[in-house]
Amino acid sequence: MKILVVAEQRQGKWNNISFETLVAAQQIAAATSGTVSVVVIGKGVAALADELASRNLAEVLLVEHDLLESYTPDSYCVALKQVIEAAKPDLVLFPHTYQVRDFAPKLAASLGKGMIGDCIGFRSEGGNLVFVRQMFQGKTASDVTFTGTPPWFASFQAGAFRADLLAAHPGGKAPINALKATLNASDIRTKPLELFKEAKSAVDLTQAPLIVAIGRGIKAPENIAQAEALAKALGAELAASRPICDEGWLPMERQIGSSGQTVAPKLYLALGISGAIQHVVGMKGSRTIVAVNKDQNAPIFEIADYGIVADIFEVMPALTEELQKSKS
Amino acid sequence: MNIIVCVKQVPAKDAPLAIAGNWIKESDIGFEMNEPDTYALEEALRLKEKHGGEVIALSLGPERVKQTIKEALAKGADRGIHIADDNFAQLDPLGSAKLLAAAIASQKCDLVLTGLQSDDHGFGQTGVLLAGLLNLPHATLIMQIEVLDGKLKLKRELEAGWFQWMECPLPAVLSIQSGINKVRYATLKGIMAAKKKEIAIVTRESLGVTIEPTQKIEKIYVPTKTKKTEFLTGTPKEAAAKLVEKLKFEARVI
Repeated sequence: MKILVVAEQRQGKWNNISFETLVAAQQIAAATSGTVSVVVIGKGVAALADELASRNLAEVLLVEHDLLESYTPDSYCVALKQVIEAAKPDLVLFPHTYQVRDFAPKLAASLGKGMIGDCIGFRSEGGNLVFVRQMFQGKTASDVTFTGTPPWFASFQAGAFRADLLAAHPGGKAPINALKATLNASDIRTKPLELFKEAKSAVDLTQAPLIVAIGRGIKAPENIAQAEALAKALGAELAASRPICDEGWLPMERQIGSSGQTVAPKLYLALGISGAIQHVVGMKGSRTIVAVNKDQNAPIFEIADYGIVADIFEVMPALTEELQKSKS
Repeated sequence: MNIIVCVKQVPAKDAPLAIAGNWIKESDIGFEMNEPDTYALEEALRLKEKHGGEVIALSLGPERVKQTIKEALAKGADRGIHIADDNFAQLDPLGSAKLLAAAIASQKCDLVLTGLQSDDHGFGQTGVLLAGLLNLPHATLIMQIEVLDGKLKLKRELEAGWFQWMECPLPAVLSIQSGINKVRYATLKGIMAAKKKEIAIVTRESLGVTIEPTQKIEKIYVPTKTKKTEFLTGTPKEAAAKLVEKLKFEARVI
């Protein structure tokens, strides 16, 4: 199987998830006696292409154009469609980033194809590729296969593969081949303007050794005081899953997950958090994970070291009291 | 400004899911409007209040999704379109988008809004696919919309705390990021008014859409655990005491 990875760079640096996707591609190639090529797209990105050439790849395709300097979904779709038509891969793989979500389904559809997005793994069964992805907010997994003819399109979630397993090129270097893309300014309908960060966040949760995080199970803003008391007794920072910040119950800067901060503290205590993938990607690297949830089937328990199946409103005060007792 | 907002109906958040093949048993559970779509609906209603025009709520699915369209009408949408399809759970992202695109193409509209993704399939592709199929410009993960002269100024959320301003001409398709606004509740007056609002029913056949699936969900299942969880039992007080012991002497994190 001929695999093409569309690697993602941001402001001149490789996004680590691009390496994870290359590892996924190498593993699929190993299972299907295939090859892996990568496409590097942008303006002034030859050095980035060179960086990838030292990996175990059949080829690095380099597509440079003035109109690819800033990302737009239109320019990426027009250019990558030409790349796919020229390179004729069987499988096109992407890292599942916000940028990929923004253009890859349209790119696949422009070739009359579908995309299996946000995969967490794959299996090769009798020559058939089976992709695994989550459904129902992580409560179930699903096995998905492509129907119809290649090229097929799929993306892999952050953390699904280990970037450090990326194999080096056995013979030194993969060839870098420039490909010409024809792009016109009139192809691009949206206009990207300035990039910015919101007012610098006062709390840097990435540095917190202990985190107490609340989710929907907290039910109402007036209940947050109980979680705060527990965090105080533990000496932990208080954080939350996205819905809590969307409601405005805690500031956005305390949000953990794909759209918030990614943390890996010594202890992560999840209270009333179901464990939707968007949250889990931001905290699954924590050393010890404790989950308290009244639903014993909540996906958060799949990654928890310790679990308590109970009402958080009974556990929070009890745990606060035990912590205070253990300190005195 | 005429706006079509796509709303999906999904199992209620606390619904116990019983797996049946590659979907779930629908008989004993409640359904609700997909939460990310509630933000798209709210944004549509706010744009209408500011700039005039009408809001059309569009939903695809079996008879039960009418309830979600009615909820949108009760909140202030002007009319609804129901793509009646009992087999919707077997559609792939492209198939669903083709049906929605055909329904949208039959209307005059300036803006199509979707939520970020659905809480059931979670494909997260609909908005982008609609833009491709309708040949409209698009943007995703939108956190703010300003209507300028014939175009939009948008605030788009990127990863790791970054945002970007961008401009997009009209008509366009936008996928709204959750948390963009505070969602309203339906009022009693709204619920009464909704009873008189029209819900048009269309089908695959009436839309003239044929679908060739590009992918197939073979089965769904409860995921296998990657970590062994030690469950602490007893009364909340006992479990809490056990946890403190474990964290101190086993995990050694406090």
